[in-house]
Amino acid sequence: MGRYFSLSAASLLLASGSAGAQTSTQSALESAGAEAQQIEMLFWVMLSGGTVIWLGVVGLLLHSALVNRRRLAEKSASSIILWGGVVFPSVTLCALLAYALWLMPGLRPFAQASPAALRIEVTGRQFWWEVVYHPPLGPPVASANEIRLPVGERVELTLKSADVIHSFWIPPLGGKMDMIPGRTNRLSIMATKAGLFRGPCAEYCGTSHALMALSAVAMAPEAFRSWLAAQAIPAEGAGASGGALFLRHGCGSCHVVAGTDARGLIGPDLSHIGSRATVAAGILPNTEDAVASFIARSDLIKPGSRMPAFDMLPPDDIRAIAAWLRGLR
Amino acid sequence: MSAAVKERSPEEYKAQEQRLRAVWANPTGWRYWTSVNNYQIGLWYGSAAFAFMLFAGVLALLMRLQLAVPDNDFLSADLFNQAFTLHGTVMMFLFAVPIFEAVAIFLLPPMLGAREMPFPRLGAFSFWSFLLGGIFVCGSIFFNAAPSAGWFMYPPLATDKEFSGIGADIWLLGLSFIEVASIAAAVELIVGIMKCRAPGMRINLMPLFAWYLLIVAGMILFAFPPLIAGDLLFEMERMFDWPFFDAARGGDPLLWQHLFWIFGHPEVYIIFLPAIALMAMIVPTFSQRPIVGYSWIVLAAVGTGFLSFGLWVHHMFATGLPQISLAFFSAASEAVAIPTGVQIFVFIATMLAGRVIFSTPMLFGTGGLAIFVIGGLTGVMVALAPFDWQAHDTYFVVAHLHYVLIGGMLFPVVAGLYYYYPLIDAKKLSDGLGRLAFWLMFCGFNIAFFPMHLNGLRGMPRRVFTYPAEIGWNWLNLISTAGAFIFAAGVLVVVFDVLRPKHRQPRGEFNPWNAGTLEWISEPEENWGVRSIPIVRSRYPLWDQKDLARKVNEGRYYLPDAEEGWREGLVTTVLDAEPVQVLRVGGTSHVTIVSALSLGGAFIALTFHWWIATALAAIICFCAVIYWLWTGTGEIPEKPEKDVGLGLSLPLYASGSDSVGWWAMFITMVGDGTAFASLVFGYFFYWTIHANFTAGIAGPDAVWSLVAASLFAAAWGLMVAARTVNRRGATATMRGLLVLSLLTTVAASATGLAAPLSPGMDPTRHVYPAIVWILVIWVLAHAALGTVMQAYCLARSLAGRLTPKHDLDLGNVVLYWHFLLIAAVTTFAIIGLFPAAM
Repeated sequence: MGRYFSLSAASLLLASGSAGAQTSTQSALESAGAEAQQIEMLFWVMLSGGTVIWLGVVGLLLHSALVNRRRLAEKSASSIILWGGVVFPSVTLCALLAYALWLMPGLRPFAQASPAALRIEVTGRQFWWEVVYHPPLGPPVASANEIRLPVGERVELTLKSADVIHSFWIPPLGGKMDMIPGRTNRLSIMATKAGLFRGPCAEYCGTSHALMALSAVAMAPEAFRSWLAAQAIPAEGAGASGGALFLRHGCGSCHVVAGTDARGLIGPDLSHIGSRATVAAGILPNTEDAVASFIARSDLIKPGSRMPAFDMLPPDDIRAIAAWLRGLR
Repeated sequence: MSAAVKERSPEEYKAQEQRLRAVWANPTGWRYWTSVNNYQIGLWYGSAAFAFMLFAGVLALLMRLQLAVPDNDFLSADLFNQAFTLHGTVMMFLFAVPIFEAVAIFLLPPMLGAREMPFPRLGAFSFWSFLLGGIFVCGSIFFNAAPSAGWFMYPPLATDKEFSGIGADIWLLGLSFIEVASIAAAVELIVGIMKCRAPGMRINLMPLFAWYLLIVAGMILFAFPPLIAGDLLFEMERMFDWPFFDAARGGDPLLWQHLFWIFGHPEVYIIFLPAIALMAMIVPTFSQRPIVGYSWIVLAAVGTGFLSFGLWVHHMFATGLPQISLAFFSAASEAVAIPTGVQIFVFIATMLAGRVIFSTPMLFGTGGLAIFVIGGLTGVMVALAPFDWQAHDTYFVVAHLHYVLIGGMLFPVVAGLYYYYPLIDAKKLSDGLGRLAFWLMFCGFNIAFFPMHLNGLRGMPRRVFTYPAEIGWNWLNLISTAGAFIFAAGVLVVVFDVLRPKHRQPRGEFNPWNAGTLEWISEPEENWGVRSIPIVRSRYPLWDQKDLARKVNEGRYYLPDAEEGWREGLVTTVLDAEPVQVLRVGGTSHVTIVSALSLGGAFIALTFHWWIATALAAIICFCAVIYWLWTGTGEIPEKPEKDVGLGLSLPLYASGSDSVGWWAMFITMVGDGTAFASLVFGYFFYWTIHANFTAGIAGPDAVWSLVAASLFAAAWGLMVAARTVNRRGATATMRGLLVLSLLTTVAASATGLAAPLSPGMDPTRHVYPAIVWILVIWVLAHAALGTVMQAYCLARSLAGRLTPKHDLDLGNVVLYWHFLLIAAVTTFAIIGLFPAAM
């Protein structure tokens, strides 16, 4: 059973990739954010320097062990310790440290100087992400498992946790920041290129830690603003027929779907699930098959998750619910 | 010298040798396991640690199989999480640290020209505790009950019963027990290195291995106690719901991270420095010259030890600490690269100044250094906070730490194994197999771990049991898995080389590598370490002191005989190693096993909340330890002095700071004080993170607190007076003062208890009462132990085992009371006065 479902999940993902859907990247080496770019640069500098140093040290080591046949005087040998072990590393490390410390304030600037126009509150939960947008004007907008942000604008993230420690990390945009119960961490990010990125939970958080990821979509500012405005109101499909099944089978006791009686606060907000890039916190493609299989066997697809498996429901009902959810755009 | 040595007849010589051999002989049959001799303990300790390493290695292979292909279901998520938690835990606590305690217990006595470690029974106790705790922790995975919250056990994932089952308790209690064993071994190593060197081996003539072990044992003493304090808070939360890490009731998960990494970062150097110590023995031998820059390397090792305590926050760069802290800890983390560089360049300089004979140990040593340097360079990278924000908790760090630990620790250990094996078996391991093993391990390691750097930067987080196919990690993971199996094959070749029967191989020559240090005098066939204890005048006595080996083996130096049937060694002064005392050490005994197993039983029963079994095991342990102390320590010798040879006569009894027991107590209490300081740190940590620290809860009564502190001070004063009058011969007054002090202690404890009790502080309600209670409990538990010690001294005095001239026990107990006084006054001053002073 487990084999079947995990394979099917994998093949679904593959299918979505080849079907021409936008593919996401998770690499820190394909930077698309202000912080990630600077850090990538820092990395290439350190890598080049490190390679030269390694070749030098190992070359010297091999020379002294295998080639050298003339006994060096003790005094010259001591000066090798001084120059190689003390002077050279001190100078190199000071330079490197100066470079890194100079970078730091610019990478994560906060508040006073330039208050970010948009604040997004992300709360980590086993094993998904609760997302609330706080635009400068208008009411907060709730979502889950996906953040969207305008290219070229700084966004302030407020990071919290509702249960255990998680860590927020979208490698192409920047470094990570932990989400710690009882604490509120802040992170400032700025996407410099449009694209779809994937961010895994980066702090081990329990059984399905590996199955907790976040989609990040960087889009043109105008497109972002109209998208956010659309998110603030119920989806058009909310009134369609599958909604009755959704409520009848009790899904509404854990999930919110705006415009319906579903007001549960235990699971992710599904108001606009149809418009998201992935479902089940970044592990399944947003297709009807995938949504249906997750409803039926969430226990196998995401072990330890609080979502119960609904495989006792008639398959047709599951289909209908999945189709309805897909329509919530 | 020659005038003092009387020529002995061959018969006399034979008789001496036989007496000495008989005294040091191991028991036979099943009683063999009651041996406490450092060679046996060292071998068992090392073999057990190696076995645990192989077990953890198998777990790693299982994980690599699971990760070989994407979306794999070879292991379930839960089993994978148990596997990586145990892999890290076992490698750190059951292999990397114990293997060095093992090597040190095995090597130090012959290397220092001593007969034994100063407390052989403590060594045996440490081993049995380690073995039992290790089997308990490892075995849990066969019952699907292993800890699964990661080796770092972050709360609330690991504290909350909703998220973690019994595995977390097994981790906490099993490892606390092993940490106690580690500290016991550290105490023994420090005292052994400082007080039991051969006469003349001044501290600047000490072999580098001893220097390193001294530093490492000191680090254990300061690094493990914060973790033990953390474990205590942790277990109180799990068992009794005290909210130390529960944010909802004022706790904070970050306190655990601080305590864990204050331990965890020095731990890396506790593992790494002894491996460098082995290199510091191997490199001069194969360069056939003394080390270049002896002072450089000693200073660098001390510097590394110090700095390693100032780096822990670099494990917490992503927790949202202020940027100024990040900058400070980035700088400190970079700084540690400098002493590390010095140590590597000392080896290069030594090789350049000598002529290198390239052998299997050198192959593993230099290969390991080449790997380690990569780990060091990636360490410089992740030490910078900005880069760490990307690399933290990814496979880049997995690669980094394995480059550091396998290159900086495992390879040198195997080098050490090939180098020192002749001391175990009088035979060499196979050169051919060694080379084969090296190339398999070296290539396998790089194939397995190098690609992980790239995968980490491509976004692969650590501790994931699976990954989706389309992110682009598939090939690199498959390559890593293949490399892991090649590496494992290399390790198997080493195991085969060690285990293969060698009885057809002829006995090897004496000192086969022509090394210069003293341990190469010892013969594997003999248990006595050195036939007679030499006078050392050089760092490389076998190179510089002509005929030393012959004279030692002819019994021409100190203590060539065991005429009274005791196992004896010399105690020397700390700096100049002038002989001051003959130390009689404990021999074969079953009391060590009984006390270790009963202590282990208490911890294990506690895990399952079997309260009665816990109490029973604790009582057995208590009785065993009292029996051990009563029969095996502080013996009054039959004569005050003994002729040790070469015209020197030394006392058989010492007390106060002249005795090794006093040093052991002092060192233990420094560790104990560090744990206490960690709890005090916790108190102020909560104060700093909360605007309203007490949350409006009424604090301990200031009057009760001050009375308790004064009564503890009075009890301490009475103890000091008891020691003073005893020395003057007023035995009856001393007994009276002891009783008075005991009663005062009881009164002090009662008032101390009243301080938090009278305002009705409920430790489950909020973290403020909980941290107050834990400090009070800490002091009261120590006070209870203090009263036991007072009663013990009273009993010793009544039994005639504690006299005005033989007051070792009393001196040590007074020393304990100094520390107790500090803890009590600090605690009651803080809990009683600090909230009011705010």
